[in-house]
Amino acid sequence: MTSQSVDVNSPPGGLSADQLLEIYYYLALTRGLETRLGNLYRQGKVIGGLYRSLGQEGESVATAYALREGDILSPLIRNLGSMLVMGARPVEVLRQYMAKATGPTAGREMNVHFNDLKLGYLGQISPLGDMIPVMAGIALTFRMRREPRVGMIYIGDGGSSTGAFHEGVNFAAVMNLPLVIVVEQNGYAYSTPVAKQTRLTRLADKALAYGMPGYTVDGNDVFATWEQARDLVDRARNGGGPALLEVVTYRRKGHAEHDDQRYQPAEEIAAWAERDPVDRYVARVTGAGWVQASALQETDERVERELTEAVEACEDDPLPDPVTGLGNVYRNPADTPALWFRSLDG
Amino acid sequence: MAELTYLEALREGLREEMDRDERVFVLGEDVAAYGGAFKVTDGFLDRFGPDRVIDTPISEAAIVGAAAGAAHMGMRPVAEMQFIDFIACAYDMLTNYVATARYRAGLSTPLVVRGPSGGYVRGGPFHSQMPEAAFFHTPGLKLVCPATVRDAKGLIKASIRDDDPVIFFEHKFLYRRLKEEIPEGEDIVTPLGEARVAREGTDLTIVTWSAMVWKSIEAAERIANEDGASVEVLDLRTLLPMDDPAILASVQRTNRVLIVHEDTRTGGVAGEITARVNEQAFEWLDAPVRRVTAHDTPLPYAPTLEDFVLPQVDDIAAAARWLLAY
Repeated sequence: MTSQSVDVNSPPGGLSADQLLEIYYYLALTRGLETRLGNLYRQGKVIGGLYRSLGQEGESVATAYALREGDILSPLIRNLGSMLVMGARPVEVLRQYMAKATGPTAGREMNVHFNDLKLGYLGQISPLGDMIPVMAGIALTFRMRREPRVGMIYIGDGGSSTGAFHEGVNFAAVMNLPLVIVVEQNGYAYSTPVAKQTRLTRLADKALAYGMPGYTVDGNDVFATWEQARDLVDRARNGGGPALLEVVTYRRKGHAEHDDQRYQPAEEIAAWAERDPVDRYVARVTGAGWVQASALQETDERVERELTEAVEACEDDPLPDPVTGLGNVYRNPADTPALWFRSLDG
Repeated sequence: MAELTYLEALREGLREEMDRDERVFVLGEDVAAYGGAFKVTDGFLDRFGPDRVIDTPISEAAIVGAAAGAAHMGMRPVAEMQFIDFIACAYDMLTNYVATARYRAGLSTPLVVRGPSGGYVRGGPFHSQMPEAAFFHTPGLKLVCPATVRDAKGLIKASIRDDDPVIFFEHKFLYRRLKEEIPEGEDIVTPLGEARVAREGTDLTIVTWSAMVWKSIEAAERIANEDGASVEVLDLRTLLPMDDPAILASVQRTNRVLIVHEDTRTGGVAGEITARVNEQAFEWLDAPVRRVTAHDTPLPYAPTLEDFVLPQVDDIAAAARWLLAY
């Protein structure tokens, strides 16, 4: 018998130095992009609300990083990091927030509500839970076509109270679909604490009701989250069916930028800031010597450079031409006719 | 030539589309092993297998949502509502998600949600509805309401081939009562958005659809026999898109309009048709536009109550005569 030697000092799951740096790039890009958006919001350039994921970037990036090419995820408002991992570009997000004609939805939808199924992300709609049945249908298609692909869907503690959550998760369970359901426990749904959403303290227990495994991880630990997500993604890909992954994290900003967070105790926010996922990641990879601090600094510089370029590339883009608002309600005819009393021909 | 019922024509249309296009599949409650509550998908499980004929949990929102997800991926799902009344449970999914998908996100969502609708069958409040108006107000959806055996086949095939989401209102009163000779295997594809003159006439136009076409024809025959007046019956076939040119052309021929629908009155589709006639053909009218609809109540169970609440031939004939005498 040969004993397998395990190097306790090597990164979990065989992550390479390049991969560790790539994960850091997405963490920094997410945080940096939201910082830029905050500035643009204060300058009045963001048209609607701004939704930040400060403190949740770790679980967003880590869960998406467990997927591979061909997989599809559907993010929530605070999963910017997941979308960036799948290949969404900062300039697209900036254009969305500023309602630019050049954006992926040409000014029709806001913020991170956009999709690229080839890259592997399907934008959410605002009624929470609705994307779970939709992602179940995508996972159903993977299975019908015998494709080794996996879907991942995000839902919050609040969203897990919806009927669509129940119907969608149960549907995926009964049909044994390759879908990983990430339930983010981040403390609040707008102002409502988890205790007012559910009697459960461990949201992973919801999985019991559907006969699927449920796991809880520290969502601010990038490595733990990635490893658990990877295991469940692999399991789904191999025909093991859906699973629920609860990531425990904390929303350090308000629901949206305008929210004064009066319902969140300052000491609670401060305590979670001590457990910041990016800081913990940096401490771990540099402390273990897996990545040099200089490489992280170079990544920071790259992120700043890219974000500056992205803002410059779109800040002065036009808003959409009003008449384009009539297009593509249907495939054919593509344009809604302007009624005679609202004729745009004047 | 084979004589088919309305229900058999639906089944044949659906089966032909599944034969010709492997992307088409059906899902819903009791559609596979049991063949559907009304047996529309009878025999499909044996013919197409469990991947394409899927029994689901009782989860209308998940059925429609999953159909949408599959449609995004290039599939052509046909989702059954066991009774169309239950489509209300999927209202959010249809109006917020499905109907907006192309507009807001450029997502193609070619799906059909079909099911038995309509009354006159003593089905009570939750097995009798014709909830067309609830979806008529939602841009992005198409609404299809076949009245004939031929259209049942031609419109289900066109709906499945359509690139936009379609809600397909089958009339359960017509399922087994209506029969028509249909050439075997004829690839009937009836374009969405084209009305049909079900009965030609010169003195009054009845604009209607679904089972009300037959009640309107009966009223028109009675008036022809008893009064000698000539009533045209225009079967819209689809409510979204609506064939405005056909309505206007008929109004210009007859100068009098009666709209007949089985759904309730307030906020019903007749109001919109009235407005369109008013906006676009006011000068052609010799009389006000009138409506015959269900009364504004939930649908009751007892035969005496249901017959009173739903529109009957007598109601249509009375309104038509009022208009003809105006």
